[in-house]
Amino acid sequence: MTTQITPAPPATDGRTTPSPAQRPEGRLPRWVPGACFAAAAAVAVGLEAMGDFNIALAVLWTAVLGTLFVWVSSRLMEGPRKATDRLVTCLVGSAFGIAMVPLLSLVYEVTRRGIARFDLTFFTYSLYGIVGEGGGAYHALMGTLVITALTTLISVPIGLLTAIYLVEYGTGRLKRAITFLVDVMTGIPSIVAGLFAYALFALVLGPGIRLGFAGAVALSVLMIPVVVRSSEEVLKLVPNELREASLALGVPKWRTIVKVVVPTAIAGLGTGVTLAIARVVGETAPLLITVGITNATNLDPFAERMATLPVFAYYQLTQPGVPPEFAIDRAWTAALLLIMLVMGLNLVARLISRYFAPKTSR
Amino acid sequence: MTATKATTERRPRRPVRRRGDRIFAGSAQGAGILILVILAGVAAFLVIESLPALTAPAEEIPGGEGVGAYVAPLLFGTLLAAVIALLVATPLAVAIALFVTHYAPRRLAAGLGYLVDLLAAIPSIVYGFWGIFWLAPKLVPFYRWLEENLGFVPLFAGPTSATGRTMLTAGLVLAVMILPIISAISREVFQQVPTLHREAALALGATRWEMIRMAVIPYGKSGVIGGAMLGLGRALGETLAIALVLSVSGGITLNLISSGNPSTVAANVALEFPESSGLDINTLIASGLALFLITFAVNMLARWIVNRRADFSGAN
Repeated sequence: MTTQITPAPPATDGRTTPSPAQRPEGRLPRWVPGACFAAAAAVAVGLEAMGDFNIALAVLWTAVLGTLFVWVSSRLMEGPRKATDRLVTCLVGSAFGIAMVPLLSLVYEVTRRGIARFDLTFFTYSLYGIVGEGGGAYHALMGTLVITALTTLISVPIGLLTAIYLVEYGTGRLKRAITFLVDVMTGIPSIVAGLFAYALFALVLGPGIRLGFAGAVALSVLMIPVVVRSSEEVLKLVPNELREASLALGVPKWRTIVKVVVPTAIAGLGTGVTLAIARVVGETAPLLITVGITNATNLDPFAERMATLPVFAYYQLTQPGVPPEFAIDRAWTAALLLIMLVMGLNLVARLISRYFAPKTSR
Repeated sequence: MTATKATTERRPRRPVRRRGDRIFAGSAQGAGILILVILAGVAAFLVIESLPALTAPAEEIPGGEGVGAYVAPLLFGTLLAAVIALLVATPLAVAIALFVTHYAPRRLAAGLGYLVDLLAAIPSIVYGFWGIFWLAPKLVPFYRWLEENLGFVPLFAGPTSATGRTMLTAGLVLAVMILPIISAISREVFQQVPTLHREAALALGATRWEMIRMAVIPYGKSGVIGGAMLGLGRALGETLAIALVLSVSGGITLNLISSGNPSTVAANVALEFPESSGLDINTLIASGLALFLITFAVNMLARWIVNRRADFSGAN
């Protein structure tokens, strides 16, 4: 059965003459797909060199032509089934490549434009009395830290206790209702959370209210469901033997939870909370509505407007003043700082879960 | 069986109802109920604050024709952008999920999945920056080409926007933003396909793609649909990326590449709210209420579809 693999001679139509079932073991040599793409790249570069060279189009042509070459050669030598398989492999790989384009271009673009003002002044000065050059986002950075800390203070106890209820106590319809609605709550648009917080505080304190605390409430609406979901998953992983051992020793259930279940899961809980913070730290819309913006430093979330990093970036870009370039530079630096914050938090979450993973005894 | 189980469970529980237990269990349950209260509160306060706009005479609403006429083009824009995003993102996300679960080398798979997840970590406003300064200008030649060659289709009638800040650009930015959500959930279901199903297909001589078509896709279909709907929910509510990228002129149009576009509910609130007062604010909150109801319905449907698979545990 080890028939020799001979490329179908171009004279006989390879697509029709030998039925694929007759030579199921026909295989493309390993180097062929690579060679196909190399040839495609050569053609693409040639095509583009004739007109004005465009690297994006060249890559696009390479992918399209390379896929085509692979498909055709596989179809000729391996039959239609294998050819389809190879075609899908190419398509699926390209899809992943396409997804990397926005990620890389975004990180590159923000870094390139943001690095210009990534200096000490940016971190130590506010915008108070600044027209044009100079100034920084000290007030916005501090505002973001204060509001995020407040949000965490509100959300973590509520979220954690709810998760404990769902895993340790909950039964019946209430548990099902909470689980389902927490899932649904994850999808509340951030702007709606902002409108809710505004409506709440406007009813109590009068219309036109702007308050750091209102922003924290709005962000909590977004953060609580994330904390609940992640904590619930982690608490479920704690082995039942630990609970049973503790209860068998006569420890009350609440002390079992506080002293056994939660400490066992602490790394996972930390990861979940960190990721939840990462989710809300970059939220702009609710803060735009509830907290507003100011040029001065205000660290009191219970009085007046505050500046926050995302809203700062938004206004610096949309209302740069004259001349605009300085404010736009500041906006990009703020965007860079936001990405660094969020990705840093993601990294910390990864590290927590990696270094403390054995404790969850998965 | 059930009877003995119930009694053994019941008996030890009675004596251990100590005070600490009662307080702790009570506060845990209270937190759970508080979440229900918050959710109800979101709906209630939005209704209360939008009532003045809903009951006000039509000519006092911005636009002068009542809340319905004010919100309709916004809802249209919201749906249009979300549908574009969904059409672009879903096939791409499924392909990426397949790549990560079935094609990428085992050792790299987790890292590659994490790279895609990073897209979800980038704040919406940064996507807006990127959309205006990077994506939109790069798309202008493409839009010109569309207008010249496909101008007879109403979607691409043009005239092409010179800045590229069009509905199609907004939809593409949204597609990038919901890509990680859909692909994360698809990945999750694809990984749960029983090994026996896959091995059975391969043992019968299926190629990898045939195995995926016969074993993986049928198994993961409902998960993918649920994930796409969650993505839709996110796309409907996305605010600042759209507010920055889309150049708005109101009015309902299907023309995707011109500079006159309907705004979306969320973007409109973000743009108008800071400078509004009085009844305008109530109108904006009314539009927010409409958005809330729509996303709530979409998310409920999505969760229902995802949860219908008993062994599938949700977003992470």
